[in-house]
Amino acid sequence: MSEILGLKAKLGLDVFKHDSEPHIRIKAGMEKDPRLKKAVLVCPAGLYSLNDAGEVEFTIDGCLECGTCRLACGTEVLDWNYPTGGAGVQFRFG
Amino acid sequence: MEKFDVIVVGGGLAGLAAAYTLAQEDLEVLVLERGDYSGAKNVTGGRLYLNPVRDLFPDLWKKAPLERFIAHEEVAMMAEKRSVTIRYSGEELRQEPYQSYSVLRAKFDRWLAKQAERKGAMLVAKSRVDEVIIENGQVVGVRAGGDELHADVVIACDGALSLVAEQAGLRQPGNPHDFAVGFKEIIELDPAVIEDRFGLEGNEGAARLYMGEVTRGKFGGGFLYTNKESLSLGIVVGIKDLMDGSPQVQAPQLLDDLKQRPEVASLIRGGQTVEYSAHVIPEGGLKALTKLYGNGILVAGDAAGFSMNIGVTVRGMEYALASGYYAAQAVLKAREAGQYTANQLSVYELLLKDSFVMKDFQNFKDAPTALDNPRFFTVYPEMVTTMMSELYAVDDGPKERIYPTIKKHLTIREMWDMLGDFRKVRKL
Ligand SMILES: Cc1cc2nc3c(=O)[nH]c(=O)nc-3n(C[C@H](O)[C@H](O)[C@H](O)COP(=O)(O)OP(=O)(O)OC[C@H]3O[C@@H](n4cnc5c(N)ncnc54)[C@H](O)[C@@H]3O)c2cc1C
Ligand code: SF4
Repeated sequence: MSEILGLKAKLGLDVFKHDSEPHIRIKAGMEKDPRLKKAVLVCPAGLYSLNDAGEVEFTIDGCLECGTCRLACGTEVLDWNYPTGGAGVQFRFG
Repeated sequence: MEKFDVIVVGGGLAGLAAAYTLAQEDLEVLVLERGDYSGAKNVTGGRLYLNPVRDLFPDLWKKAPLERFIAHEEVAMMAEKRSVTIRYSGEELRQEPYQSYSVLRAKFDRWLAKQAERKGAMLVAKSRVDEVIIENGQVVGVRAGGDELHADVVIACDGALSLVAEQAGLRQPGNPHDFAVGFKEIIELDPAVIEDRFGLEGNEGAARLYMGEVTRGKFGGGFLYTNKESLSLGIVVGIKDLMDGSPQVQAPQLLDDLKQRPEVASLIRGGQTVEYSAHVIPEGGLKALTKLYGNGILVAGDAAGFSMNIGVTVRGMEYALASGYYAAQAVLKAREAGQYTANQLSVYELLLKDSFVMKDFQNFKDAPTALDNPRFFTVYPEMVTTMMSELYAVDDGPKERIYPTIKKHLTIREMWDMLGDFRKVRKL
């Protein structure tokens, strides 16, 4: 359908290959850093969200490896790498 | 320990262009690509202009898996409740050799990788380069998945973030102000439906850009390209503007809202979304280019910052192909000289300066500042469409005369502001 899909459904259309460990991590002690909140706005996959306690939660499943959160939050806040070779999203159209 | 003449990091357009050119000259080239295949990680809008790169790879284009040649250029100015669309169709756009084509990168890059392999390049997919090896200040190879691989020279073609160039000390992580993020859906539709809806003959294609409300006044726009059997529909928006949040909007919402605009909904009706992708785009222009070379290393394509956003269209693919080609030429010259020092490799920059790549970046060096003006994305679309709405309106009672209608919107103050805005644009 070209109707509005939820983000989960949209990401469900993509091919993802499992990685042995998450390729992006919030650095220890940075969970409450204000820079992290920016990721909620910029991530095209909606993988960052604010919980009731006002903290940012992050899940790696569905990461499109676009790099936006690395630029928006910075490398002091995020441990950011690409997935290991052959893992992660594999676009069929691009 | 294995040693190659050249190691190329990243089998995207820049990397494959470099590998193709070098393999053609019988150098031993290894391309390391982290995806399952070339193109598996790559996203574009996308439209490829062939003219600037046609002669760099003369044998390449006849069989290239391009989608549709763009015969109709459209731009839609979007205000909140109305829009004005301009469609340009010209005879020259319908004449061979065609100026530009829509492309899908997973198909195109995979094919280009085959062509490079045919010339003799070695391509290893599913292989992520973890770092460059530096000895006595000279890059001498890379580490990938525990292997050490050596080469006379490494070409970093690893895309917009270029962790490789960063690690080699040629660039910083990057400033969000110098990047946009693009995200898009591939929407499958029957070719006959595409041709009907967009008024296309045969393999003609259309490119439509949306500016204004679609990005809520933030720097960027929407795009729609017709492929053979699908549409590429997406948004490009400045990361800094998204972060600043006034108005606050989560990126994915922009695309969902665009899809619901009546102007767009009628074009994608009945289509099937089959993929969602995203990627950052360097668009800081000349001043944001990274260092292009160091001892034993060159940087090409998005990795060096060779992508440009002039208003609503992004161009990066031609620059990636061409900079990959010139990086290869620089390596060939270094090989003749028998040394790979930064000094020797600096010939790369000279080659680029002589080519359309640096000339474009020089000519458009003011584009990022001139266009980073919210008025282009809010005030003007609103003004033009409101004027249209009043020009076309026939209410009860007498119709207002045309000149006063226009004048109402173009007050002295407004004209003065416009003059200022367009003065800056005049430099482009
Ligand atoms: C939404 C969007 C719309 C766009 N529209 C257009 C358009 O219409 N026209 C246009 O000309 N340009 C457009 N662009 C820009 C264009 O897509 C890029 O400029 C172009 O893809 C750059 O090519 P590249 O080869 O430099 O980089 P990429 O295509 O990003 O290739 C980099 C390669 O390196 C690989 N890689 C990265 N790190 C490693 C590593 N450590 N080890 C091994 N491999 C690695 C990646 O997997 C990838 O294959 C658009 C971009 C986006 C995102
Ligand atoms: S890389 Fe892109 S998709 Fe992945 S978490 Fe960061 S912003 Fe989201």
